[in-house]
Amino acid sequence: MTDTLTPVLSRNWGDDRAWTREAYEAQGGYDALRKAVTLTPDEIVTLVKDSGLRGRGGAGFPTGMKWGFIPQDPETEAGRKPKYLVVNADESEPGTCKDIPLMMASPHTLVEGVIIAAMAIRAEKAFIYVRGEVLHVVRRLRAAAREAAEAGYLGTDVLGSGRTVDLVIHAGAGAYICGEETALLDSLEGRRGQPRLRPPFPAVEGLYASPTVINNVESIASVPSIVSGGIEWFGSMGTEKSKGYTLYSLSGHVARPGQYEAPLGITLRELLELGGGMREGSRLKFWTPGGSSTPLLTAEHLDVPLDYEGVGAAGSMLGTKALQVFDQTTSVVRCVLRWTEFYKHESCGKCTPCREGTWWLVQVLQRIDAGQGREGDIELLLDLCDNILGRSFCALGDGATSPITSAIQYFRDEFEAGMLAPSRELYPPEASMLQRPEVAR
Amino acid sequence: MTLEASQETQVPVELVTLTIDGVEVSVPKGTLVIRAAELVGTEIPRFCDHPLLEPVGACRQCLVQVPDAGNGRGFPKPQASCTLEVAAGMVVETQVTSAVAAKAQVGTMELLLVNHPLDCPVCDKGGECPLQNQAMSHGQGETRFAETKRTFPKPYPVSEQVLLDRERCVLCARCTRFSEQIAGDPFIALVERGAQQQVGIGPETPFHSYFSGNTIQICPVGALTSADYRFRARPFDLVSTPSVAEHDSSGSAIRVDHRRGKVMRRLAGDDPEVNEEWITDKDRFAFTWSEQPDRLRTPLVRDPESGELVPTSWLGALAVAARGLAAAGSVGVLPGGRLTAEDAFAYSVFARAVLGTNDIDFRARAHSYEEAAFLASTVALRSDVTFTDLERAPRVVLAGLEPEDEAGMIFLRLRKGVRAGRTRVVTIASHLTRGSRKLDAQLVATRPGDEARAIADLDLGPADILLVGERLALVPGALSAAAASPARLAWVPRRAGDRGAVEAGALPTLLPGGRPVSSAAARADLVAAIPVPGVAAWPAEPGRGLEAILEAVTVGELGGLVVGGVEVDDLPDPEVARDALEKAFVVSLEVRASDVTALADVVLPVAPPVEKSGTFVSWEGRPRRFGRVLDVAGSLTDVRVLAGIAEEMGRPLGFRSTDEATALMQQVGPWDGERAPAPTVSPAGPAEGAVVLSTWRQLVDDGRGQDGQALYRATARPAVIRASAATLAAAGIEDGAPATIATRAGSATFPAVVDDLPDGVVWAPGNSGVNLRAALSADHASAVTLKPGPSQVVQA
Repeated sequence: MTDTLTPVLSRNWGDDRAWTREAYEAQGGYDALRKAVTLTPDEIVTLVKDSGLRGRGGAGFPTGMKWGFIPQDPETEAGRKPKYLVVNADESEPGTCKDIPLMMASPHTLVEGVIIAAMAIRAEKAFIYVRGEVLHVVRRLRAAAREAAEAGYLGTDVLGSGRTVDLVIHAGAGAYICGEETALLDSLEGRRGQPRLRPPFPAVEGLYASPTVINNVESIASVPSIVSGGIEWFGSMGTEKSKGYTLYSLSGHVARPGQYEAPLGITLRELLELGGGMREGSRLKFWTPGGSSTPLLTAEHLDVPLDYEGVGAAGSMLGTKALQVFDQTTSVVRCVLRWTEFYKHESCGKCTPCREGTWWLVQVLQRIDAGQGREGDIELLLDLCDNILGRSFCALGDGATSPITSAIQYFRDEFEAGMLAPSRELYPPEASMLQRPEVAR
Repeated sequence: MTLEASQETQVPVELVTLTIDGVEVSVPKGTLVIRAAELVGTEIPRFCDHPLLEPVGACRQCLVQVPDAGNGRGFPKPQASCTLEVAAGMVVETQVTSAVAAKAQVGTMELLLVNHPLDCPVCDKGGECPLQNQAMSHGQGETRFAETKRTFPKPYPVSEQVLLDRERCVLCARCTRFSEQIAGDPFIALVERGAQQQVGIGPETPFHSYFSGNTIQICPVGALTSADYRFRARPFDLVSTPSVAEHDSSGSAIRVDHRRGKVMRRLAGDDPEVNEEWITDKDRFAFTWSEQPDRLRTPLVRDPESGELVPTSWLGALAVAARGLAAAGSVGVLPGGRLTAEDAFAYSVFARAVLGTNDIDFRARAHSYEEAAFLASTVALRSDVTFTDLERAPRVVLAGLEPEDEAGMIFLRLRKGVRAGRTRVVTIASHLTRGSRKLDAQLVATRPGDEARAIADLDLGPADILLVGERLALVPGALSAAAASPARLAWVPRRAGDRGAVEAGALPTLLPGGRPVSSAAARADLVAAIPVPGVAAWPAEPGRGLEAILEAVTVGELGGLVVGGVEVDDLPDPEVARDALEKAFVVSLEVRASDVTALADVVLPVAPPVEKSGTFVSWEGRPRRFGRVLDVAGSLTDVRVLAGIAEEMGRPLGFRSTDEATALMQQVGPWDGERAPAPTVSPAGPAEGAVVLSTWRQLVDDGRGQDGQALYRATARPAVIRASAATLAAAGIEDGAPATIATRAGSATFPAVVDDLPDGVVWAPGNSGVNLRAALSADHASAVTLKPGPSQVVQA
């Protein structure tokens, strides 16, 4: 394990017009594709399997293994169906901000990964489902896809290999739930985005009831570097079970927020040092390791290795590596209320626990935030979370409970204080603002 | 039913053994845990689950613990038992044995009630509400929710007939899944998200489905209500009686709920062999027809001096009827197609034994001698095809039949088979209708009149099922072709009593139990079984059909008519019918005043189905017995009235009640001798003329059986003329412009719609705004002229 930054995905972000094919190729872009077309699909799958690449979207499922689930036996009905690659670029988790900068700065990295991955699973059609709000990213991706097609990287005969890969950039309509892979598929098919019943799993019946791989942007974008650099190089970074490098998105009360690409297993302490420490005069109060759906951690977890196992052992999840850092000026109650309001707004409404539970949780948190909490409210919150966690249709409901239960675990006294005083008095919002509002008079 | 059961057991079923709450149980592979649990006596609470809908797992009420999924590993979280299939060796712990499952269920129930108004005391569903019941059985008495509930303006009409109270909705998606999966009318869908999610409709597409009422019934809360029934009654004040629907030949099981002598609503019954748990909106909502102001309550006799009908005593009226019929000389009998089998049997016996004639024909619609021969030879006593067969047959061919309009339960069964990938539907019709599109049917585009050739050309085999509709009677050769086909065959009439009347022998060439009039042995059989004093033999001469009977009256060959439930405007030639009714001595047995009673000499009020017991024989040939719902003093069956006339005429039938008729019918039994030969009429081809009419009656139309239900009628499909672009262009009609079809008798105008009909064919609804029979003397396969409608003429 190293303690320095390892820019791979972000290496070219500072280049002049890094998003163009010209700039991308100038620094070795599409070399991996040239290598990949000399490999058989199974060789690519094996390569990615052996690299130990795990999904960067949050769950950390081994990417190569996912590709291996696609039925390829032409003797079976599923094997005869067309295969699809779908890239989940519906990045909407509060705090998470890695895929959008990546696609903005270097869309060709993703496009190259898509072509290689599509060839690996024998998909002739790939989709990138982009969060609808980021129109500028959609434009960049479409331009990149056009450039790639012009160069013969996409189309009916990829680099003369005889293989076909078409790429469709699809803009979502602005729903967090569409980041859930089966809801994404429904949305992509033109339906309301709501999670599907599983089984059947997408690997067997995904998009248009055909075998489908759904991968996060960063996972796919990592593929070209693995093809180029090889599994030993890739495995030289990270930890034994969490190999490679990844984007850590540092945000909040930190001196230099931003993307820090580092080997898996780095600690928040190290990242904070790289980021110039907390903002002036502040000290760490709590943080999320991977977006608001991962249970929050505190200063005592500064040295937890930020890999899948390390964060798991600390009682949270690596998630999207969205490190939101909050200092002592922040009201945990207010913060959790904001997150819960988000989940209430984004609950798709399909299942009872998430739909009704978030509705109720918000109202309880609102009164605690207003200093009007009632006796038993904390127990009520915990019990409601217990009735939602693991009872919902998909993980959205589970995620909604994480900030609440973890906040009560570490900061119960602040919730108790909410029975007596409003958070705005205990933690004036102005104090925790990143930029103090200019006083207009 | 027993036939069905034996078929079921022939299919080998793979059983899976699992343990639920410590009890080992074996169930067929593929069974869902929620239903396997019912077999060990555990009812897991549920809302979104419905056995006839695809699982969705939305409400999360049915959570159970699964410590072993059958592979030695358990699920870490509680599982929705409505989406989980059983597995060998699986261990399931429901709320009975698992504290985790019990808490999960109580927790979900509490959450479901968070945004539920708890307005049970004023809610239609209160007292029969799955949410109310399961909140009592599986919830906690007190809620911890003291915050603000979600509210909506209410009610929101998803159609004229179906109202939605969104705040009551638990978003189980039963209604939306029904409309999509079962009816194929996805005009309601969930919209918005989170707690604002709600059932909604498109801006200009209300929930107009022939089956919309089923959503009200399967709604597990009071979110969907019927505009008619809303706030009219409480379930615990209602008396429920199982019955059979009278609006088509499906024999659908229904439940009739009445309060203090008045029917408040009708619901679908549950009969897996017949209508499963669904009925058409017609069967559900059209029940007020018998309570209209024109209902006949007392016998009426025409006063010879004033010429008016005057109320008379039963004894007096029966005596006048008997004397009049005796004096009329020859009498024809027209029972109509809406009778119970028992009533039809009474007419059949009355004609033969009392009036001594075979001039009897139940067909109160266009018909032919070919059809009579087809019914006698091929339909009577036959039950080759059942509802269940429809969803299993590899190919079902529809000829002259539009099941969505004419037999809704056939439509739903076919759709079920098609959706499951088992059944393919082929329709011999002028065009692909909305209904046939929903069946993914293959169209054999056929000009009306050319159906016989189309049937012959299909090369049907013994595994195929052929369903023929009643309008093939208008196509010479079509029923002969059907009878000659090796396919499994069923005749699907529109009226509930038609098939029963065939079995009762209410036809000029057919006697009860499928006996041919031509057989001396058959006649002797019946004379012996149904002894009527003074009657030594039943007439041997084949009788006249309805059209011939009416003509015989007009030329003076017949002097009297006994008429049951017959609408003059439904008859082949309403003018001839009116003429005949004026000339003859007419005894009318009717529920409501009609064009027949207006011309009758004696009017004898009879009971509608709701006030009597009896049997409808479905198109399958399945007897559908029902009991009396309302006990109304003085409301007599046709059996009883005919028995009264017969007694006055000195020839008592020997039975007076429905039960006595049933017993006698059973005693008579089916004919086991030689059957009448099948018809062998050659096809005649389409009618001459530039434009041929394709027509049938839409489910929701102007039929009198739907009177009193304005809201239901508002859901009718718009009446339009359909024709190909070329046909319309040739007539100078633009798409959407008014178009007129006309015959020498009259004309009808509807907006024109371009559709995929063969050139030279127009389609128009039979009785939507205009009764084509009455106005045009036109029916299926008639030649008509097509021209621009009046408003366009004015513009020009």
